[in-house]
Amino acid sequence: MRNAFAAAVTELAAADPRVVVLSGDIGNRLFDAFREKFPDRFYNCGVAEANMTGMAAGLALCGLRPFTYTITPFGTTRVLEQIRVDVCYHNVPVTIVGTGSGLSYASLGPTHHSCEDVAFLRCLPNMTVLCPADAAEVRAAVAAVLAIPGPAYIRLGKKGEPAVHKEKPCFEIGKGIIVRPGRDVCLLGLGTMVATAAETAALLEGRGVSAQVVSMHTVKPLDEDLLRECFGRFALVAVVEEHGRIGGLGAAVAQWLVAQDPYPPARLLSFGTPDAFLHESGSQRYARKCVGLTPDAIAAEVLRARGRQGKSL
Amino acid sequence: MHPRSPESPPLDELTALSRQIRGRVVEMSHAARTPHLGSALSCVDVLVAAYWGALRIDPAHPLDPGRDRFVLSKGHAATALYATLAYRGFFDPRLLERFNCDGGPLAEHPSLQCVPGVEAATGSLGHGLPLALGMALAQRIRGPKFRCFVLMSDGECEEGTVWEAALFAAAQRLDSVLALVDYNKWQATGRSNEIMALRPLAEKWRAFGWSAHELDGHDLGALQSLLAAVPDGSGKPVALIAHTVKGKGISFMEDDNNWHYRIPTADEVAAARRELGLAACGFAQGR
Repeated sequence: MRNAFAAAVTELAAADPRVVVLSGDIGNRLFDAFREKFPDRFYNCGVAEANMTGMAAGLALCGLRPFTYTITPFGTTRVLEQIRVDVCYHNVPVTIVGTGSGLSYASLGPTHHSCEDVAFLRCLPNMTVLCPADAAEVRAAVAAVLAIPGPAYIRLGKKGEPAVHKEKPCFEIGKGIIVRPGRDVCLLGLGTMVATAAETAALLEGRGVSAQVVSMHTVKPLDEDLLRECFGRFALVAVVEEHGRIGGLGAAVAQWLVAQDPYPPARLLSFGTPDAFLHESGSQRYARKCVGLTPDAIAAEVLRARGRQGKSL
Repeated sequence: MHPRSPESPPLDELTALSRQIRGRVVEMSHAARTPHLGSALSCVDVLVAAYWGALRIDPAHPLDPGRDRFVLSKGHAATALYATLAYRGFFDPRLLERFNCDGGPLAEHPSLQCVPGVEAATGSLGHGLPLALGMALAQRIRGPKFRCFVLMSDGECEEGTVWEAALFAAAQRLDSVLALVDYNKWQATGRSNEIMALRPLAEKWRAFGWSAHELDGHDLGALQSLLAAVPDGSGKPVALIAHTVKGKGISFMEDDNNWHYRIPTADEVAAARRELGLAACGFAQGR
């Protein structure tokens, strides 16, 4: 995803002279092409993310379109004050790009994990929160934020994520994308977990359960039309996200759900990370297994929930 | 179009403006029952020197892309900024009477463009300098050329973002940036040099790669000359450590930190305005 971001921002900068990239001393070589083509529009802002974020707001106040780029927790929760005041209160088009979200950097330990960022950023006024599912959605998301007048957050994995889309997706901010149609249950995947949701759907198919998979790439604004349709059509809707269950997409959907009148008959399941830090060393694959974010674990829980609901469903 | 350098009014006119703004700030604090009067009074001369003597601005075109930017990073001195902008012609001074009123545009801390001339929303300290560096990068990348002045408090220099920004500005040689420190030696609850080791402040800025100058922050002539001379030819960003007196201009408020929070009574307003050589009530005269 990070390579897709670098390629997309480089391509867009050629057509849009307002595009500026601020990096927090990461992305070694990642932005070589951008720097070569636009040396006056790339700044390594050092290990000083708060200043980087404030400067981005200053650039945007003067009509430019800055992207800040660093490892997710350092560009989001570390500088929440700057995002809230400088970016969101001024309501300027700064795009915060976090790389290594969720458990992507599991082996680096909890300082580098990011399972709270969506919760913090989606509660800020004026903020749009985007979690693209694969490289194709990353490219589309970067182009889409240039068309909106206010702040945005783009949450990336790292590199080598499986492609979710075979063709260029029809990406629109605030509109989820149905990746795979299904009849029995609906899996709302977020970002890096859409591919996992698709694998889960394949497992469920082998057990006779037809699952729809959606890329809910926009957490804010929430696609309420799509939610209404899903909760109307399916008896079971499950959110799958590489993010804490407190405050993430699952919480956003739950908050929407309880406010519906009449209350939809469907049941909501929420798969995410627990309210705990991971103290053990290990890979992303291992960490996901520890927290139950694998196709096997998700499929098993979906089947158990269906069992509790009764075979008629 | 590019705003021209101002022809600074003579010193006696600048002095009269300072007195008028101080008198208005005291009235606003009383009428709206708002604190931070001492902090506002300590930076009035800096504001007058900047707005009448240095900034390339045109109140008739407050959003001109080539205007110099002034960011009041110590947003709690909002009354001083509002009165300055009003008397400089950015908006009708009668609006000052609605300071802090329900539904009005002038809050205790300024929001972005709440009135013409307010370049940033401030109130949380340590934000103004990074914002100004972004503006300075923007004019470097795309033009037109302009300068960015940031007014900070000495207590504000305790925020880490100030020093993150200082390192970046020096590395990029952002010489169109001016960091002004209203060094009145007090913060909310005590002496700024006792709470944190700010001293020696000018040397700190120099060590961070800035061209630092110190001066009497109430010497309008000296302020005007230094402010107008930014960039100063060193190729470095410029820091101006303005030694000031909190509560300046009102004898019974000067260097008394009770006036960080205290709100003046009607009698104190009258006494203050007498000292400033002003009529008892400025509001009634609409000036």
